[in-house]
Amino acid sequence: MSSTPDFVPGVSGPVASGGERADGGLPDPSLLHLLGPKWLTARARSLDDERGRTARWIVLGFFGLIFWAFIFGMLFRLLKYFKGVQEIGPFLSGKLLGLMLIGFFSILLLSNVITALSSFFLAKDLDMLVAGPVDWLKLYGAKLLETMLHSSWMVVLLAIPMFSAYGVVYHGGWYYPLAVLFVFLPFLAIPAVIGSAITLLLVNIFPAQRTRDILSVIAVLTAGGIVLLFRIVRPERLARPEGFRSLVDFVTVLRTPTSPFMPSEWAQRAIMAWLDGRIEPLPFYLLGTTALAAVVLGALLHRALYDKGFSKAQESGGRQARTGVMGRALHRLFSPLGVLRRELILKELRLFFRDTTQWSQLILLAVLVVVYVFNIKYLPLKGEGMTFFLVNIVPFLNLVLAGFVLASIAARFIFPGVSLEGRTLWLLRSSPMPVKELLWAKFWVGTVPLLVLALGIIGVTNYLLQVTAFMMAVSILSITLMTFAMAGLAIGFGTLYPQFETENAAQIPTSFGGLLFMMAAVAVIGGVVILEARPVYTYLSARAYGMKPDLFEMVVGFGLALLLCITATIVPIRIALTRLEAVER
Amino acid sequence: MIRLTGLTKRYGSFTAVDRIDLEVPQGELFGFLGPNGAGKTTTLRMIAGILRPTAGKVEIAGIDIAKDPVAAKTKLGFIPDRPFIYEKLTGAEFLRFVAGLYDQEGPQIEHRARELLALFDLEEWRDELVESYSHGMRQKLIISSAFIHRPAVIVVDEPHVGLDPKAMRILKDLFREYVRRGHTIMMSTHTLEIAEGMCDRIGIIQGGHMRACGTMDELRANATGGDTGLEQIFLRLTGENAAREMVDVLDA
Repeated sequence: MSSTPDFVPGVSGPVASGGERADGGLPDPSLLHLLGPKWLTARARSLDDERGRTARWIVLGFFGLIFWAFIFGMLFRLLKYFKGVQEIGPFLSGKLLGLMLIGFFSILLLSNVITALSSFFLAKDLDMLVAGPVDWLKLYGAKLLETMLHSSWMVVLLAIPMFSAYGVVYHGGWYYPLAVLFVFLPFLAIPAVIGSAITLLLVNIFPAQRTRDILSVIAVLTAGGIVLLFRIVRPERLARPEGFRSLVDFVTVLRTPTSPFMPSEWAQRAIMAWLDGRIEPLPFYLLGTTALAAVVLGALLHRALYDKGFSKAQESGGRQARTGVMGRALHRLFSPLGVLRRELILKELRLFFRDTTQWSQLILLAVLVVVYVFNIKYLPLKGEGMTFFLVNIVPFLNLVLAGFVLASIAARFIFPGVSLEGRTLWLLRSSPMPVKELLWAKFWVGTVPLLVLALGIIGVTNYLLQVTAFMMAVSILSITLMTFAMAGLAIGFGTLYPQFETENAAQIPTSFGGLLFMMAAVAVIGGVVILEARPVYTYLSARAYGMKPDLFEMVVGFGLALLLCITATIVPIRIALTRLEAVER
Repeated sequence: MIRLTGLTKRYGSFTAVDRIDLEVPQGELFGFLGPNGAGKTTTLRMIAGILRPTAGKVEIAGIDIAKDPVAAKTKLGFIPDRPFIYEKLTGAEFLRFVAGLYDQEGPQIEHRARELLALFDLEEWRDELVESYSHGMRQKLIISSAFIHRPAVIVVDEPHVGLDPKAMRILKDLFREYVRRGHTIMMSTHTLEIAEGMCDRIGIIQGGHMRACGTMDELRANATGGDTGLEQIFLRLTGENAAREMVDVLDA
């Protein structure tokens, strides 16, 4: 789309010499004018006839609807159940809402802090806006709205089925959506202002590049902390009051995380009162006035500190990187592979570990793995009803879950590999390096750590589950083959559907190609499990009844699973190679 | 050293480069001129093996790049117009990486990297990440990277953008000396004084066609209307003389 309008940020009226308007006044671009390019960009993107766009929207829409239906359904059942509980029913629903809103508030705060750094200090349009005759208040307003929009859309998508479930179960009435809107808009604005203010202060203390590093680590650590805390609290116990010694204990647990000074508490009170058929004005008033006061205070802080902060953000904060002991050791380790392969591998490793936005996600990953292992540890696998088969089926399901974990890691770290080379392809393509060497390096740099992780997860969880030697061998062999297949598929789909222009690696897996990769990965995991189910069942039955297992069935089952994994590893890489050789950039 | 035969590139119905024949011999610095969108970058990217020609042939040191790309590219160094470098590598690591692509390493490469960085005043920045380099510094680093493996042929697109006067002078001397030693350089530029002062021969391309090619004397001799400077020849050949009256434009 080339419908570039005559947007010159800073000037919205007819211009005379010296930047003054023809009517004699100083230029004063409106807030809408400042937001214009964003809107036009979004419109141009939506009209762009990129390959697979419609299909991507259909698939995303389909999965989105399933997700919404799932959240709505779960909450609907839970709220129905709560509604039926005498005396404490509404109290439980209110507390649940409060808990979810507190979660939203923390996520919003965190996400606003990070987004504000880009929109207020690092965005490419800032040079033009700051250099133009743009009023500080309008710049603040435009950037605050941009920050709020970028950080809140996901929470809004989550909140829709959630509030709908409350509205439906408690018969909120026709005006209920309006009431939710009145509550939720200030609820979104408050963390946006606080988050932007925190970023403003941080940038005034550290250079922007450093702030980004610090923020990405803090963000991931906090997110990991929230996940861990959530697991340790074990919220599923709330749905089983019979698990508590007394009602007093139960109510005490419910009381823990809320506070009368939190906007989430006001929002919960406003919504629950409305659903109870009352209009309680105080929480509405508190939310509205707090949001307005926050915007005013945020604007004042912006006026006082933004210029200094923005100037500081332009400093690169020069960063040295000398080859240390580790660098020399890796150099020696990879030297037997030859100069080209060694340099390609070292480049991959350096780029990964020097980019905090990349490696910091490993912390979150580690937390997720701990949560996973923690859940396995607390599986009730002993006692009544736990048959020999059931105990042996769990490690099999464990294999499926571990496969999904590996697929999502491959989507995040291996899939974007080729896309991230987009802007340096001129160098690689004009050099005598065969393209297959690049794919080779990307495959192994991705696969080896993935394999270590896969074997770690499966080994530890199987040890906790005390599986038989046979199941241990099946699990380890299967997960090894699946890891290769996941890496092959990620490289293949990542090259077939590259996002060469994207600067943010985190956005690449959510592309259409990323979606196709996940579907293919799920299909391969499903295929392996289905193919192995029969021979495993045969073996376990034979063992349980003291017979000899059918060798033919086992060879066919495991052989086909092996063939599937090898095909899923080699074929995508071969296709990727042909595709990459044909890329013209 | 560089031979183009009937080189053509089409994008759908649009022909960016149309049947170009050109030979740049060993030891020559060839200047490639043309207005914006004339097909210069497309031609250079085809020579570098990044774009595939729709028709025609590119030979580097007698090797057909389509038939034996690896052998042809071994002889080549390419400097693009809008280069992107790995932001998280240091200058020294980047040069080492580029040398590695040509299967070169060792003390000689380290020595050459140091010399090249020193030549462009980047010595103090060798261990700094590229993300902290200015535009001009990145350009100097890219130019250094094209020389790190001592290619027989260098293809360079707009090398002067972002360079300070000192670096421009260094680049000019470097290119001249490199050519004097028997290597070949093909360079596109918009700075006509540079082309006139540096190049042995000049080619002018417009609309994908080669409009003129030769030494300055040959171009002058062929020019009609008594044009003597490269600017007049360029403007006459590319039809840019039909510029609007400045007064009308400013009053609009």
